[in-house]
Amino acid sequence: MTIQLTHFSAAFVFALFASIVFGITHRETTRDMLRYGLYCFAMFLGGVLLAGWAMWLVRR
Amino acid sequence: MANSTTAKTKPAAAPAQPASLMSIVAPAVGWLIPGAGHIIQRRWIRGGLLFVSIGTLFVLGLMMQGHIYKANGGDILDILGFVGDLGAGGMYITTLAMNWGQGAIAFAIADYGTKFMIVAGLLNFIAVADAYHIAIGKKQ
Repeated sequence: MTIQLTHFSAAFVFALFASIVFGITHRETTRDMLRYGLYCFAMFLGGVLLAGWAMWLVRR
Repeated sequence: MANSTTAKTKPAAAPAQPASLMSIVAPAVGWLIPGAGHIIQRRWIRGGLLFVSIGTLFVLGLMMQGHIYKANGGDILDILGFVGDLGAGGMYITTLAMNWGQGAIAFAIADYGTKFMIVAGLLNFIAVADAYHIAIGKKQ
């Protein structure tokens, strides 16, 4: 069984699961875990979008 | 005249924690099954989330036709890939035993799959360290 993800969906899935693990392992309290997980997720996806637009600008 | 810095008393070092059985078992079980190191210490939700997150990343990597690295002494990137994959523990052993993940990388998403599996292993290393810290009482 194979799966074909788009580049963005692959980045989304990666960001989601990596952020969950980072949140759980890098903070002490549940609230801090949630906040840090959301922060990591935003950074991952924000970085992807920023890099994507930067490459689009370079290509033009 | 005595040096004033020598007169300062050093803070007492924290007493060494005796190595408990859990501090050995939790990391070992956590490496073999992602999240299990937390689950055996009654961190049910954390363990479940770690299992789902790391497991899904690894399985998605396989389904994306990612490549799995075997023990090798060649290219440094291959060695690092092997170290990353090894972190997935039981999933890595099962994958090798079933001879999955051996195809040639033919498209970009397959390369993503390879990275998914390496990152799943590396994340499991972090989870194992976290399970150890819980076992020795450094983290709740």
